[in-house]
Amino acid sequence: MSRQAAIELKNITKTFGNIIANKDVNLTVYRGEVLSILGENGSGKTTLMNMISGIYFPDHGQIFVDGKEVMIKSPKDAFDFKIGMIHQHFKLVDVFTAAENIVLGLEEKGRYNLKKSVKEIQKICDQYGFELDLNKKIYEMSVSEKQTVEIVKVLYRGADILILDEPTAVLTPQEIKKLFSVLKNMRADGKAIVIITHKLNEVMEISDRVAVLRKGEYIGTVETAEANESILTEMMVGKKIELNIERTDVEKKEDRLVVDNISYVNHEGLKVLKNVSFTARSGEILGIAGIAGSGQRELLESIAGLRKLSDGTIVYNNPQTGKKDYLRDKTPVQIRELGIRLSFVPEDRLGMGLVGNMDIIDNMMLRSYRKGKSAFLQRKAPKDLAEKIIDDLEVVTPGATTPVRRLSGGNVQKVLVGREIAAAPTVFMAAYPVRGLDINSSYMIYNLLNNQKEKGVAVIFVGEDLDVLLQLCDRILVISSGQISGVVDARTATKEDVGLLMTKTGGENDGE
Amino acid sequence: MENKTNKVREPLFHITKRSNNAMKPAAAWGVRIAAVVVALILCGVVTVLLTGENPFKVYETMIDGAFGSERKIWALAQNTAVLLCISLAVTPAFKMKFWNIGAEGQVLMGGLATAACMILLGNKLPPILFYPVMIIASVAAGAIWGLIPAFFKAQWNTNETLFTLMMNYIAIQIVSYFCYIWSVPKGSGHIGIINSASQMGWFPKIGGQSYLCNILIVLVLTVFMFIYFKYSKHGYEISVVGESENTARYIGINVKKVILRTMLLSGAVCGIAGLILVSGTDHTITRDTAGGRGFTAIMVSWLAHFDPIYMIITSLLIAFLEKGAGQISTNFGLNDSFSEILTGIIIFFIIGSEFFINYEIKFREKEAKK
Repeated sequence: MSRQAAIELKNITKTFGNIIANKDVNLTVYRGEVLSILGENGSGKTTLMNMISGIYFPDHGQIFVDGKEVMIKSPKDAFDFKIGMIHQHFKLVDVFTAAENIVLGLEEKGRYNLKKSVKEIQKICDQYGFELDLNKKIYEMSVSEKQTVEIVKVLYRGADILILDEPTAVLTPQEIKKLFSVLKNMRADGKAIVIITHKLNEVMEISDRVAVLRKGEYIGTVETAEANESILTEMMVGKKIELNIERTDVEKKEDRLVVDNISYVNHEGLKVLKNVSFTARSGEILGIAGIAGSGQRELLESIAGLRKLSDGTIVYNNPQTGKKDYLRDKTPVQIRELGIRLSFVPEDRLGMGLVGNMDIIDNMMLRSYRKGKSAFLQRKAPKDLAEKIIDDLEVVTPGATTPVRRLSGGNVQKVLVGREIAAAPTVFMAAYPVRGLDINSSYMIYNLLNNQKEKGVAVIFVGEDLDVLLQLCDRILVISSGQISGVVDARTATKEDVGLLMTKTGGENDGE
Repeated sequence: MENKTNKVREPLFHITKRSNNAMKPAAAWGVRIAAVVVALILCGVVTVLLTGENPFKVYETMIDGAFGSERKIWALAQNTAVLLCISLAVTPAFKMKFWNIGAEGQVLMGGLATAACMILLGNKLPPILFYPVMIIASVAAGAIWGLIPAFFKAQWNTNETLFTLMMNYIAIQIVSYFCYIWSVPKGSGHIGIINSASQMGWFPKIGGQSYLCNILIVLVLTVFMFIYFKYSKHGYEISVVGESENTARYIGINVKKVILRTMLLSGAVCGIAGLILVSGTDHTITRDTAGGRGFTAIMVSWLAHFDPIYMIITSLLIAFLEKGAGQISTNFGLNDSFSEILTGIIIFFIIGSEFFINYEIKFREKEAKK
């Protein structure tokens, strides 16, 4: 196969204020290949791709498309050069059908003719093996279908250079397989495909070459065939990291939290949780696996007292009093007043767990500011706590008075988890605590969860990476469309077991 | 290799948000001051083009209008104080992202309560009882007027912007009605100076200055609000609710309660502004007593980034512009519209300068294209 460069980047540099997102990056993407861009979070993968797709403009450097230097000033320019990007967050109109979304915003000559367009779109789908009902409305679609729409949209606009930003983050193993097979078809058709990812196994499976970025700098490109996971990890993080997560055996098992038959109906009238029952035990990590949006969020928020259940009970066995406390229909404050130390790291860190515009000290106060009868705030204790967390968890920040929104994703999470652990919980719930975090930060979080477990805390961990769930947890609860589809022993179960349970009740309603 | 295709050109400039390297406060103030200077130059040009007057004379007139005599300085201070008071009042609401554009009505209701006390009770109660009653009535009237939209917002999530706006019109009509009922002489629709003989219900003169009492009240309020926002638990809760309602729910803040309490405060401070206007300044009430300051105050508050201390500066600036522009109109025989044009230009520049503080414009680097 003659290698023809589709895109060439030369000495691309992009800074945001003092932060260097990309520094002198050189990269070539060939036609007929899948190139993975691998890097930890904050290594500048997405920024780099955004410059190719016209969202950002580089400070220095040149971009060549098919050997000619070009200026890409807007996404429209990018399309003119046949570059299409599929973002992590889909940009689709919910009430339109797939076909309508695909033709939307396209400046075509002649009259609007949806029928003709549908035929053309169908042709693209057949060519590459996309399974897509073009007349289905977006709001009825699963995440995977929405992603398919985005990809077809880009293809329909004539793109032959495709950039996919973390395409597998929200997919089930089965859906990932499907995605990879269409990517392979596109590659065979001579398209240049770039995948941004930090999942090593996928890199190995799909890509021809891997380009590695570390802290904004281009480390190198290797042929996938000549690489293995440990080489890539080393390139990515700069030093070798033990991929094994330690797991201690469960001691002092006690039923701490008994959730019995709870149901929740959201404001749109959809039953998001259906008769969910399970027990969280002290000294163990209970994993919750499921496709994104299967009710995990609602489940944790129900326990934390943020949602009004339509049915069921939640019982907390208080180790101090030996009594049973009923948590249903109690507010977070009432739960705390019962002496129940329930910590919760929500999925939406800046939108729920923290206040982005407040500094670290004020964010520490969120949990504790009510203490004392005084009408005034006591900032001494939160300040000490903030400094302790910055020290202990190696939070990278100019200081304790920096607004948390200025911190990188991993550091934001350290601040949040640090605060929740500081409350000395008996139940610790975390939703996707390592989402978007680099390997080092992720491991720090795993260790913190393990510490909690060893202290006899009942840990509930909602995760998306099955490998991690299987290595970290003691038991895994699988949730599918708001129902518990199974509980497995994490020590003996396989990925396939869990993947199957995740899709057990049919993934039609993904709860969105 | 160097550019055979000349079409390839970097855009002249591009705009980026200063998220990570926010401007230092000193630099930001430099930009703001520069904006005012540029605005003044443009005002000069406009003045010359439209009127043919010497622009320097125009500025002189402007400064003269604001600082020209002791009386004018007191008047400026008084105007600043009232504007600052209303700005302080709307700030808690806006900090909570509750769009209280009903300060106008809340001030009027406070003022109406003051006037009612002065007219109905002025000569019936001893001063020692009368003043507390009047103050409480004014504060309560403003607070209730602020609480009504808050209640509907908290209970049924109504749109507070429309609600508070409509409450303004209701307040204006109520005041018009009472202006007629209490008019002197009967039927004229004007109340005139209340208790002009006994001066019952008037704020006392301090050191011979009739406005000093107002100014002191507002200064105390400014300090109070500053402390309230920065060091009190209530102020903290307002910030949390304003930044993220989800976070507030997550940590168990009763959002409804905070909305009600904050609007109660916002309305109460508006009531104080009404009290200052009626009891401390005009000694009467008309439907124009608030005079649009309920809206101007929103701008003052935003310009100061909701910081009560900065609000002293921004309210002084706006009050100065209004006084100065008014003087220009009188001296040069121009009508009010002209002074409003000048004020408009200046305010446009001040607001526009915030753009340059929050965003960075990067120009194409010369060497890049050789």
